[in-house]
This record gives sequence, C-alpha cells and structure tokens, in this order.
Amino acid sequence: MVVEMKQPFEKVVTEHGATVLRVCRAIVGPTDADDAWSETFLAAMRAYPELPADANVEAWLVTIAYRKAIDLVRARRRRATPVDEVPEKVSSEVGRPSESDVWMHVKDLPDKQRQVIAYHYLAGLRYADIADILGGTSDAARRAASDGIATLRRRLTHAQSEGDTR
Amino acid sequence: MSANTSETNLAAMFAPLTAVGPEALERLHVALEGAADREGILDVAYRTIDTPVGTLLLAATGEGLVRVAYDSENHDIVLEVLAATLSPRILHAPRRLDAVAREIDEYFARGRTGFDVPLDFSLSTGFRRSVLEHLPQIAYGHTQSYADVARTVGSPKAARAVGSACATNPLPVVIPCHRVVRGDGTHGGYVGGLAAKTTLLDLEAAAA
Repeated sequence: MVVEMKQPFEKVVTEHGATVLRVCRAIVGPTDADDAWSETFLAAMRAYPELPADANVEAWLVTIAYRKAIDLVRARRRRATPVDEVPEKVSSEVGRPSESDVWMHVKDLPDKQRQVIAYHYLAGLRYADIADILGGTSDAARRAASDGIATLRRRLTHAQSEGDTR
Repeated sequence: MSANTSETNLAAMFAPLTAVGPEALERLHVALEGAADREGILDVAYRTIDTPVGTLLLAATGEGLVRVAYDSENHDIVLEVLAATLSPRILHAPRRLDAVAREIDEYFARGRTGFDVPLDFSLSTGFRRSVLEHLPQIAYGHTQSYADVARTVGSPKAARAVGSACATNPLPVVIPCHRVVRGDGTHGGYVGGLAAKTTLLDLEAAAA
C-alpha cells in the first residue's frame, strides 16, 4: 500500500524559507521582505493540509510569495503619502553594489522580467518550472530573464562606472 | 566572455539579495510560531529537551501534551507520523511546551513526583487508553505488575494487552508506564529501552 506522506510543515519552512525570502526581496525589496515572508508562510500553513501530497511544494510557495509580495507593494502604495524630498540615495562602496543598490534596479524592471529573474536567479527554479507557474513556454521565460539581466547589467555598470576598473 | 564567467558575474550581482543568514531565518521562524499560534493554525507544536534518559521530543496540540518520544524512536519519523495522524501543520515552537519542559526538568532533578500539565490522549483509544489513564495512580517510587494493572482496569486476563499498552504509550515519562514491571520483580520491556526504565525507577527509588 502506498501511503501518501506529507512532511511536517516545519520541514517545508526549513527547506524553502531562504528561497521564499529571496523571492520576497526581489519583489518588495529588502526592507519589506520579512513581512511578505511571514504572510507567505502563514497563508501556506493555513492551506497546507489541502495541498496534494505530490505537489511541487517549492513552486507552490514561490507562487504564494509572489502574490503576497505584490499585495504588500500595492498596500504600501495606497498608504504612501507623497513626499516632497526624494531621499538622497546613499551610494555604497565603490565597485560593490549593496543590497539596496541591486534592489533599486531590480524593482524598476517590467513585472514579467522581475518575476522571472526572482524565480530563476534568486529562487533557483528551472525555466520549465517557471513556465508552469507563469504560463507560456520555458523559452519565453528564458528570454524575459535575459532581457531583464541585460537591462540590469547596463544600469548597474552605469551607476558605478567611476568605480569600475575594466 | 564565456558563459561560465557570465554566470559567476550574475551570482555576484545578485549576492546582496540572495545572501540569507541563519539568524534572519531564525527570527522569521520565531515570528511565524507566534502568528500561527494566534491564528489557531498551529495544530502541533514541538521541541526537544535533554534529560538523563537522552533527548526527548515533546509535542503538544492546543489540548495539551500529545506525544513524548525517545531518541530511539527516531524523532523525524515520530513527527512524520504525527503529520499523518493528527495534522501536518506542525512547527518547532518551544513556547507551547515551556510548562511541560519545566516539569520534566524538575522531575529529573527530583523536585517533582507528578505532572499536572494538560494531556491530549487522542493518539490512544479503547483498552490502551484506559490503561494509560490508570497509570498515574501508581504512586511515584512504586511499581505494579502487568497483571496488577490488568486487574485494576477490570480485565484480569489482559496482562499481555497491558504490556502492549505500555509499549505503545505515546506519553512515556509523563504517563509512568515505567512503573509497570513483571510479576517476578524484573523490569520487563520499555518503549525507551531497558536502560531508560532502570534510570527512571532508580531515580524515583532514590528520591522516594
């Protein structure tokens, strides 16, 4: 008899906690990532008993993470009061982009590109899995990623041009 | 630029976002434990505790302590069985087990002879459950034979079944199946192994 064994949720948290945090960072940035992470795992834990035992847990989690992160971005936007002065961008050490530097550029990418980059480069998902999550083909996902990466490279290089030794 | 160099550069570029320290995850985990408990979805909380009989796994539902497991039972497997029989919504969440852990510490320090934390007997049913519910009446430092227990619960011929109720006790130490011994005075078997049974009986004999 095949017994469908579902792992204790603790296992899910320890195995995928870091991946989910990376996805959250890519969507909402380092500061709000913790809130998005918490929302993600609470929602996942609530729904976990109904998840089929053979489901791809990681793909399921990053999908929830993306949704929760987007919700958070929208909620922040609604609550945000316009500020007169744009805070001075604190530039990091020459040649070493900081967390917020990279985030600054990632957040400006088109949604699809940012999502694919979050899933592939930060969460480590394969393009085939990403295509399953987003719809479309894995080639399309790959193209979106490489377009996004090209843009990121250009902007990062530009931003730190004076520090680059090349 | 080779594909390999390009991948390396990308890794470096994303490093600030991908680096996740253990302390960050630890902090998030603690917050999740609290939030899940408040929302009523922490079906089973667990922690481990070091004792003279080895590391014990303690697990509790909202009702009370539901499982105590010896190392020899393999804690990973015990948790998987809890996931299958009770609920997979299980987290390492020590807070719920604070009172139990304190009482077990006191017990091993000979500062406590009985436990008064709420218990959840949902892992035992029928005859086994009535045996387990009787066991706390065997006084600290005393023993009863399997046949004695069988008589007390009203099934004098069921000494063997009493033995299997003890062997499958989901709450060893707290429900004192170690106080049930053979009619000839030898210790008999034990879910945590004979050495653990001897340690518990010696501890109680010395303190009583």
